[in-house]
Amino acid sequence: MTTVNMTVNGKAVSGNIPDNTLLSEFLRENLRLTGTHIGCDTSQCGACVVHINGMPVKSCSTLAVSLDGAEVLTIEGLTKGGKDAELHPMQVAFNDNHGLQCGFCTPGMIMTGIDMVKRYKAEGKDLTSDAIRAELEGNICRCTGYHNIVKSIEDAATKM
Amino acid sequence: MSTGIGARVKRKEDKRFTTGKGKYTDDIRNDNQAYAAFVRSTHAHANIKGIDASAALAMDGVIEVLDGHQLTGDGIGNIICGWAVTSKDGSPMNMGAWSALATSKARYVGDAIAVVIAETQAQARIAAEAVVVDYEELPAIAHVMKAMAEDAPNIHENAPGNLIYDWELGDEALADAGLASATHITTLDLTNNRLSPNPMEPRVAIATYDDAEEHYTLHTTSQNPHVARLLLSAFYQVAPENKLRVIAPDVGGGFGAKIYVYPEEITCLWASMRTNRSIKWTSDRSEAFLTDAHGRDHVTTAKMGFDDNHKIVGFKVDTVANLGAYMSLFSSSVPTYLYATLLSGQYNIQNLHCNVRTYYTNTVPVDAYRGAGRPEATYVMERMMETAARELDMDPAELRRINFIQTFPHQTPMLMAYDAGDFPKILEMAQDAADIAGFAARKTEAAGRGKLRGIGYSTFIEACGLAPSQAAGSLGAGVGLWESAEVRVNPVGSIEILTGSHSHGQGHETTFAQIVADRFDIPIESVSIVHGDTDKVQFGMGTYGSRSAPVGMSAVVKAMDKVEAKVKKIAAHTLEAAEEDIVIEGGQVKVAGTDKAMGWHEVGLAAYIAHNLPEGMEPGLKETAFFDPVNFSFPSGAFICEVEVDPDTGVTEIIKFTAADDFGTIINPMIVEGQVHGGVTQGIGQALLEQVVYDDDGQLLTGSYMDYTMPRAADIPFFDVSHHETPSPNNPLGVKGCGEAGAIGSPPAVINAITDAIGNNNLAMPATPQAVWRAIQATKSVAAE
Repeated sequence: MTTVNMTVNGKAVSGNIPDNTLLSEFLRENLRLTGTHIGCDTSQCGACVVHINGMPVKSCSTLAVSLDGAEVLTIEGLTKGGKDAELHPMQVAFNDNHGLQCGFCTPGMIMTGIDMVKRYKAEGKDLTSDAIRAELEGNICRCTGYHNIVKSIEDAATKM
Repeated sequence: MSTGIGARVKRKEDKRFTTGKGKYTDDIRNDNQAYAAFVRSTHAHANIKGIDASAALAMDGVIEVLDGHQLTGDGIGNIICGWAVTSKDGSPMNMGAWSALATSKARYVGDAIAVVIAETQAQARIAAEAVVVDYEELPAIAHVMKAMAEDAPNIHENAPGNLIYDWELGDEALADAGLASATHITTLDLTNNRLSPNPMEPRVAIATYDDAEEHYTLHTTSQNPHVARLLLSAFYQVAPENKLRVIAPDVGGGFGAKIYVYPEEITCLWASMRTNRSIKWTSDRSEAFLTDAHGRDHVTTAKMGFDDNHKIVGFKVDTVANLGAYMSLFSSSVPTYLYATLLSGQYNIQNLHCNVRTYYTNTVPVDAYRGAGRPEATYVMERMMETAARELDMDPAELRRINFIQTFPHQTPMLMAYDAGDFPKILEMAQDAADIAGFAARKTEAAGRGKLRGIGYSTFIEACGLAPSQAAGSLGAGVGLWESAEVRVNPVGSIEILTGSHSHGQGHETTFAQIVADRFDIPIESVSIVHGDTDKVQFGMGTYGSRSAPVGMSAVVKAMDKVEAKVKKIAAHTLEAAEEDIVIEGGQVKVAGTDKAMGWHEVGLAAYIAHNLPEGMEPGLKETAFFDPVNFSFPSGAFICEVEVDPDTGVTEIIKFTAADDFGTIINPMIVEGQVHGGVTQGIGQALLEQVVYDDDGQLLTGSYMDYTMPRAADIPFFDVSHHETPSPNNPLGVKGCGEAGAIGSPPAVINAITDAIGNNNLAMPATPQAVWRAIQATKSVAAE
């Protein structure tokens, strides 16, 4: 057991957890932040993507105890919550463009999408639909055929 | 902005999913929670000589280890197949016994043998590894064509030769005579590859026994919680229905795999009672590959005869289907009544016969996966048509057009009475959208770059809106396939719709609300949809077979008819007018042509306050209806796929995919298009990427996303989707259902396009780069000879 301290969605959190606890388990079971989903056991599906110190990471392949002092952002941290809280432009775009059906892959898609838009903007590169498709290599969706996910990210890129 | 029928209303349910607040089964944690892990057979076929759980029981956190002898000893019943198919010699199908925990014999890798209950999931999983099963290995059958061999091992005692049934539909003598009269015969051997449905949310069950009430609650990832409760109660003897609540909260996709009650739910419920704990089981993806029902897996030989006018004069199909180690719930119906019945396609064929033999193998059970039988029928039909056109040196669209059914209703020789459609029209729409006229130039341009361009068609029909109960019953179904709805108008005029349909991605919270907002002309925000909980919703049949719109919504309409009648009576009484003069519009209930009106909410209030109701009228404003369709619905479509193949690598790129569909009336085009995108993508996955592989010993080789190729964003193009609406005459909204069309129609379009590009018709699914490259080499070597 190891004690780990990190900042999750702007709040200081702490846990005394087994060393083999994955970040995805720590978020879901210890913090009860269940928006981060587990869709596979081989780090392929991307439903568990969160941001660690600003970088997108599959939380199912990261040990929580390795993140002492880290800043973690999950899907729940994109909006401050409450009745009239403003949603992140990526969240709005997924609704506007029907970018989700069952919703299970959606948190990972949104976290991946935000990162890709920010990264391309920072590098001054054009985020084309082909680039979005290539960037989504690590995120699987079984419902949408990706058509509207790509449209959602394209749309959000114009608003972020 | 309109929120009624036909409007592109954004989904009401999205906010909780985009903010991480969706409530899926695995997100639930009960007090008193313990965890289950299953001990699964590592052999495809083995006698179980003994189980030693002593080491596991001594491990940290382990509460109990339970096996199949205890389960059957407590009277838990075997898992059943709910559709009785009769062999052509009149004998019943050979259903082998399937206990939730195998007792004497394991029949596939992953077959559940025992369950470990522990304080944590990790403890349960580690202890499950420590349960020692003494196996006596038996020879296994992994492939269906080996199941019928004379020396094949026997999987179920009551199924000699592993045969489940030998069934036929149509008139063999007529088909033979038709073929004998033909001037051209096309013959094809086809394999429909085995698939794993793979909803992104793995299955989960949380069973909670309340000893004070002797009551069970099951939270589970189900497409049809009421059907689950019925099965668990009436057949598996877990608890009487009034002592069992089944809740399917947010469900992360289904595609058929979540229709069935699996061994895990049964075992968790029973173990919950045995341990007096709430028991949670969460499948990981490996377990999903091992245990979720697979789809397809047909081997078919087909013969189609044409006369001098290129009309089809005879069609004969012989299919062998793999049903796996046990008969899953609807497994028997998929290669029969959901398959052979659609072998007339969009064509006028009078002489038709299909024979289907199904066999046991030592693989996971095979059942309905998106499309269920209809993709297999469409693959046979549309590969035949394209192949025949090539052999006859005809335009494949023209050959189809010559044979299209032109008038409706149309009775096929395969039981189905098509209700409505316009096949030439949707083909023309697809051809225009795909710019067929410009294809030759594009092919030449691609050739200049060293690429092979090809184009392929698929014009298909499906039977949806499952199903007229009496007809289904006469064909062997163990249940009725109606749907229920309750329309509950609250005293303030807001409305709750309780539906037996279940949304697991389809957007019912939006589309069902649209039909209510449209009917009563009230804001869509004041309509809520309640589903997925047997304690809240009256009995219903759930969602599969593209039935939620044609059957589920029709029940809502029927209940709304009753509400409207009562509203008009109340308004007529209050406003002192004749009932037939009352109209509902603009949030008001009015006397037509006058300024006399009540607010919609005032009628609701009047019904509940009941101070001044018509003589003899019951208070309240809540109506229930059950809708039983008089016929299936028949969505049809024309798909065109254009591909470019790299002859050096065999890599196929889909340049354009065009889908023109006739779904009848469309409630929300945005959602319908999303269904087509997803369905076509699953079909492209089948055609290019996906294949469940067992080795000869029955070991699953495609047990993770490292091995089973799911379509990724870069594999898939943008889609060109359009619609033509010929309303179904068989339900009040004229809807036909749209959930499965994409998966049904697309695989042959893709394979027809690739085989056109490479000039070799001998190509099986999935058309991986290696398979395509080999087919190209085969063509080259033939050319060289």
